Amino acid sequence: MYKPLRKEIVSVLVLNQANVLTRVVSNFGRRGFNIDSLTVSATNDPDLSRITIVFNATEQSMQQIITQTEKLEVVKSIFILNRENSLYRELLLLKVNATEKERTSIKEIVDIYRGKIVDLSRESMIIELTGTPEKIDGFMEVISAHDVVEVCRTGITGIESNARNAKKN
Amino acid sequence: MKLTGSQVVAEVLLDHGVDTVFGYPGGTALNIYDELYKYSDRIRHILTAHEQGAAHAADGYARATGKTGVVLSTSGPGATNLVTGIATACMDSIPLVAITANVPDSLIGRDAFQEIYITGITLPITKHNYFVNKIEDLEPALRDAFRVANSGRKGPVLVDITKDVTSAMVEFTNKPPLELKPLPKVDKDDIADIVRIINNAEKPVAYIGGGCIASLACREVNELIEKADIPVVHTLMATGVLSCDNELNLGLVGMHGSVASNRAIDQADVIIALGSRFSDRVAQNPQKWARKARILQVDIDNSEINKNVMVEKNCVGDIKDFLIKALPYIDKAKHYEWHDKVVAWKSKERVVKASPDYMHPKEIMNKLSDMVDDETIFVTDVGQHQMWAAQYLKHKKPMKFITSGGLGTMGFGYGAAIGAKMGHPENRVIHITGDASFHMNLNEACTAVSNNLPIITIIINNRVLGMVYQWQTAFYGERYSNTCPERKTDFVKLADAFGAKGYRASTINEFEAVMKEALKSEGPVWIDCVIDREERVLPFIPGGKTVEEIIVD
Repeated sequence: MYKPLRKEIVSVLVLNQANVLTRVVSNFGRRGFNIDSLTVSATNDPDLSRITIVFNATEQSMQQIITQTEKLEVVKSIFILNRENSLYRELLLLKVNATEKERTSIKEIVDIYRGKIVDLSRESMIIELTGTPEKIDGFMEVISAHDVVEVCRTGITGIESNARNAKKN
Repeated sequence: MKLTGSQVVAEVLLDHGVDTVFGYPGGTALNIYDELYKYSDRIRHILTAHEQGAAHAADGYARATGKTGVVLSTSGPGATNLVTGIATACMDSIPLVAITANVPDSLIGRDAFQEIYITGITLPITKHNYFVNKIEDLEPALRDAFRVANSGRKGPVLVDITKDVTSAMVEFTNKPPLELKPLPKVDKDDIADIVRIINNAEKPVAYIGGGCIASLACREVNELIEKADIPVVHTLMATGVLSCDNELNLGLVGMHGSVASNRAIDQADVIIALGSRFSDRVAQNPQKWARKARILQVDIDNSEINKNVMVEKNCVGDIKDFLIKALPYIDKAKHYEWHDKVVAWKSKERVVKASPDYMHPKEIMNKLSDMVDDETIFVTDVGQHQMWAAQYLKHKKPMKFITSGGLGTMGFGYGAAIGAKMGHPENRVIHITGDASFHMNLNEACTAVSNNLPIITIIINNRVLGMVYQWQTAFYGERYSNTCPERKTDFVKLADAFGAKGYRASTINEFEAVMKEALKSEGPVWIDCVIDREERVLPFIPGGKTVEEIIVD
């Protein structure tokens, strides 16, 4: 009956009010879900915000957290962003120590991944990269051969390629 | 017309038919209380000894009447004292609106005197809550609070109002209550599937919960079980949905449920869960519970489906709505073999030995039932006495057994009894408690006395924290850690000190005699019923176990 944990991504459309994020996140917390990443953003409707949450769940617990979240007064809709019909993007900012000698080889990697070098000093550089989480993971793997000092990832934001789920009511 | 925020509070209460509120005043609530003084001809405010008592009273009022309970308190400690009461209502899905005052908006976030972030504290124990620091938000928030509390699965809502809002002016017109959120649409195919499985069942069991009462579906539940000859087991919250006289009523199910109920679940081929949530006190071992059965579930709350026990077929909707639509398709049936079998299990009920100089709790419950009419409302606290009351009182009608089911709040009883009595002054109200539970909130005796409420409190006194004591006996090698408090409280004298009447009974004859006196009293009465501390609640299925391991004596 219990399926192994898998990474799930849900999109939650909520009323754009104070405390709404707390309500949604607290609901995950009290049902024992650990959130991997979370993004909150405005939508084209000024009354609504979108929260994208990445977490681990079994199929049964997934159903549970979705129905529990749906019950919150501030939640307009919640739906799973399936890999098959959704686009995921994530932004990475990464600071790496780079002497003059290393710059070329780092730039080569950045170019292959179609990233950008957005800041440069004598000892280090900052790289900006956008893409699917897998692409970011791949880049991280390759760049780790160098002296990476700091990493910031925004967490996933996602959208269904077909907008039929966008509104519940 | 232009009104102050405090007048808006009073007017919105009146718009929702609220004529009774429970509460306790304080600094930030002064404006609201000043207005209540002026509205006292239309809104009756019951002052309790403690805000917790007020919250339980509002809860008890809601459970007894089906209306929304309203509780009022000041900021800070006043608000935090409501927390247990709100959580109790939340776990049992009771419609409650809690109104708290907070410090003026200019002081919010500055750790002002008696400031507390009550909307944060109550976030996980309310359906929703509102922080109102603008006068124009007040009326919509209050109206919405009543709508949310009563829509779908009911529950508590809190509105926190800053003091400046209670004195600010705003334009106001009286309006009827907002329309409730529409009930989930019962799916025709779901009904057809469920009906088909019920019609093909050979050993069906209905497993009913508090949802049957919340949806006022007791008549339809009775019709279903009569028509299809379905034995019924009930949760604590569904006590009284079926009369104890009904042969098909197998009684309480779960940890302290009857042997018949638990066996029936174990042997059934189809289980129909109606407004019940497969809690750990019922489906103690979710993997083995109802192991032979196809399980069907009807519940208004989608998140209850497959939460604790996976079900084969479900229908999300109101129980009454579902039953009205399903009943015409339910076949008239007789399950002779199954019927006789479960009824035979039922007849092997525990017999307790009567003695002239010793009183068994079962005798007290039986005697109590015999001495009052069917309209009597019983309110309990939590522990052994609660289970004995659930098992042995002769429950005839719904909403006549008021108890803290989900949260198991000791100290719930007295406040709730006061609320029930305020809601139904014409009904007899009997509060059954234990010596330990009673010690938690017996301060509400002053409320019962001030309001001259003839509530009879039956203290099942074993001088120990009985339920914990029972577990220590069974599982902790009789190491009675902190369950034998050696208290010297004299309940008879204490009743007297409060201005109530106190009696003591050690035998069933004494009990009958003092109960006769108590029934004549026009004010609150306590009866201290001395029982043996070794008396256990039986049957007993230890946590996580199944009916195989049921302890019967």
